[in-house]
Amino acid sequence: MSVPYAKLPGWADYGLIPIINLLVAFLVAGVVVLLVGENPLSAAVILIDGAFGSGQNIAYTLYYATNFIFTGLAVAVAFHAGLFNIGGEGQAYIAGLGVALVCLTFDSVLPWWLTFPLAIAASAAVGALWALIPAYLQAKRGSHIVITTIMFNFIAASAMVYLLVDVLKPAGSMAPQTRDFFDGAQLPKMGWLLESLGLAVRSAPLNISFLLALLMAFAVWVLIWRTKLGYEMRTFGFSPKAARYAGVSESRIIIIAMMISGGLAGMMALNPIMGDQHRVALDFVAGAGFVGIAVALMGRSHPAGIVPAAILFGVLYQGGAELAFEMPNISRDMIVIIQGLVILFAGALEHMFRAPIQAVFASFSPRSVGVAAPKGEGA
Amino acid sequence: MEFVGIMLQIFDATIRVSVPLLLACLAGLYSERAGVFDIGLEGKMLAGAFAGASAAAVTGSAWMGLGAAVVTAVFFALVHGFASITHRGNQIVSGVAINFIAAGSTIILGQAWFRQGGRTPSLSGDARFGAITLPGADAVRDVPVLGPVYSELISGHSLLVYVAFLMVPFTWWVLFRTRFGLRLRAVGENPAAVDTAGISVTWLRYRAVIFTGVLTGMAGAYLSIAQNAGFVKDMTAGKGFIALAALIFAKWKPVPAMFACLLFGFLEAASIRFQGLPWPVIGKVPVQLINALPFILTVILLAGFIGKAIPPRAGGVPYVKER
Repeated sequence: MSVPYAKLPGWADYGLIPIINLLVAFLVAGVVVLLVGENPLSAAVILIDGAFGSGQNIAYTLYYATNFIFTGLAVAVAFHAGLFNIGGEGQAYIAGLGVALVCLTFDSVLPWWLTFPLAIAASAAVGALWALIPAYLQAKRGSHIVITTIMFNFIAASAMVYLLVDVLKPAGSMAPQTRDFFDGAQLPKMGWLLESLGLAVRSAPLNISFLLALLMAFAVWVLIWRTKLGYEMRTFGFSPKAARYAGVSESRIIIIAMMISGGLAGMMALNPIMGDQHRVALDFVAGAGFVGIAVALMGRSHPAGIVPAAILFGVLYQGGAELAFEMPNISRDMIVIIQGLVILFAGALEHMFRAPIQAVFASFSPRSVGVAAPKGEGA
Repeated sequence: MEFVGIMLQIFDATIRVSVPLLLACLAGLYSERAGVFDIGLEGKMLAGAFAGASAAAVTGSAWMGLGAAVVTAVFFALVHGFASITHRGNQIVSGVAINFIAAGSTIILGQAWFRQGGRTPSLSGDARFGAITLPGADAVRDVPVLGPVYSELISGHSLLVYVAFLMVPFTWWVLFRTRFGLRLRAVGENPAAVDTAGISVTWLRYRAVIFTGVLTGMAGAYLSIAQNAGFVKDMTAGKGFIALAALIFAKWKPVPAMFACLLFGFLEAASIRFQGLPWPVIGKVPVQLINALPFILTVILLAGFIGKAIPPRAGGVPYVKER
C-alpha cells in the first residue's frame, strides 16, 4: 500500500471505477429492496420501463435531469477549486426569489423570450449572491465553507418560508405560494423534439431550460479547461500552495468559483418554476441541490460525465415514481437511499476498489501502473 | 407569580428540547476532537430514533429500544469510520451519504414493516421512558420559588434527560482528565505525534466514532421513545445540524456545549410558547427568524465577529502513516 495513487489508464479511471462503484451502490440498494419483501430484479425492470417506456416518461426523465445538470455543474465547479459547496439546495431555493420577482413583474408585459433572459440573469445573480457570503467568509475570515453553506441552506429555507407565507402570497389565498404566472413567464415545452421521433409526450414538463443546461455544461467545460481562470481554479484546487506561489490570488479564486457555483445552482430554479409549475411554491427544489453532489461525484466533475450522471438520476426519479405506483412497499424515498449509496461508494469510498483494481492491472502489465513495481505487488 | 409560572414552563420545555441537541453535540465532540468531521450526526440520530421506536414497538421494552438505537447508530458511525479512517475518503462526503441513507431507509423500512405511512406504532407504558420523580419532589412543592423549581424543572424528566446532563461532566472528565482523552485530543491536533509515540491513530479514531455512535443513538432514542411516543418520518428535522452549530458555538468544549444547546433549546421553546405574540422590546418577530437564529449566530461566530472558533487542527484530514 505504499504507492496508493499509482496511475491507471484513463478508461479505467473514468469508466471502470465509476461503473464498479455504481454497481456496488445498486447491489446494496437491491438488498434494501429485498428487505422490504420485493424482488429487486422486477423493481429494476419497472424502474427502467418507467423512465424510458414512453415518450412522456422520457420527457419526464429529461425534465428531472435538467435540474441535476445545473446542480451537478454547480458542485463540480466548486470541486475544481478545492471547495465543497454543499449549499446548492439553498442557493437554488433563494434563487426562486429572483425568478419570482422577474416573472411577477414582467409576465403580463413581455413575451417569454424576453422574460427568460431576465429570469436567467436574476436566478444566477441571486444564487451567486447567496454563495458570495460563505465565499467571502471563507476567503477573508477563514470560516469553513462546508459549515457556512450548510447553515445557509437552513437560513434560505427559513427566509423563503417567511417570504412565501407572509410577503409573496396573494391576498385571500391560503396556499403559501405566489400567484400563477401569465403566458409571458411560461417556457415553451420541448415535447416536439420527442414527438418528431414519433413518441407521444402529452403534458410532460420538459422545456427549453434543458437546452440551457446543456449550454451551461459546455460553458463549464470551456471555463475549466480552456480559460486562464479555469486553469487557476484547478491549480488552486490541486495545490493551494503552488497556486499561491504562482501568484494566484486565493480569495479571488474562492469568491469567483463560489459565485459561479451559486449562479449555476440558482439557474436550477428556472426549470421547475418557469417550465412546470408556473409559480413559486414551498420546497420546489425538492432535494435537487443535494442530488448535485452525487451527480458531480459520479461524473468525476467533468461535464461529459455530469450530463450522463444527471440523466441517470433523472431515470431514478422518474422510474422511481412509477415504481412507487407498482410496488406499494417502495416509495420515492428509495431514490434517497440510492443517492446516499452512490455518494458513499462513488465519493467517500472511491479508493476502496482502486487498490485491488490497480493490483489486477499491475499483475497484467506492471508498466501500465507507472511504477517499477516488482511483480505481483502492484498497488 | 404568573410570570414565574410561565418562565418555569419555558425552562422546562427548554430542557426537553435541548436534550437531543446536547447528546448529539457531545457525540460530535468526541469525533471531531479526534480529527474526524461528522456532518452525519443528523442521519445517525434519525436512524437511531427509527430503530429505537421499532424495537420498542415490537418488544414492548424501552430498554430494548435504546439498545437497538445505539447499535444502529454505532453501525452508521462505523460506516463513516470505515470510509474516512480506513479508506481515507472525504469525511464530508461520507457524512452527507449517511444522512441520505438514513433519511431514505427509515421511511422505506418503516412503511414496509408497520404500514402507517412511515410512522412506527404509537408507544405506551414500558415501551417508553417515563418521567422520573426525584426524591422529595412532592414534599417541597409548596416551598416558594425553590419548591416549584425543584419539583417541576429538575424533577419529572425521563431517565435519558438526566443521563444527557451527566454526560457533560463525564465527557469533560474523559477528555481532560484521562490518558484516553489526552490521546484523543492529540490525535485531532497532531496525529503524527501520536503515531510516533507508538499509539494507533486508527484505533483511537475508531473508538471516537463509536462514542459518537452511542451518543447519537441515545439522542435518537430520546426523540422517539422518551420525548415522543413513536417515530415519525424526518423527526430529527435538522437537529443534527443545530447540534453541529452548537458544537462550533461551544468551540469544541463540553461545558460550553451544554450552554450552547440550552441557548438554542431556549430559542426553540420560547418561539413555540410565544408564537405569533409580540416579543418584549423588539415587537413581533417572524417565527422563521427565530428558527434560523442558531444558524445565523453560528455563521457570525465562525466569521470571528464574536470570539473565534478554531477547530481541531487535524480535523477533516485523513491520516497517512507513510507513503
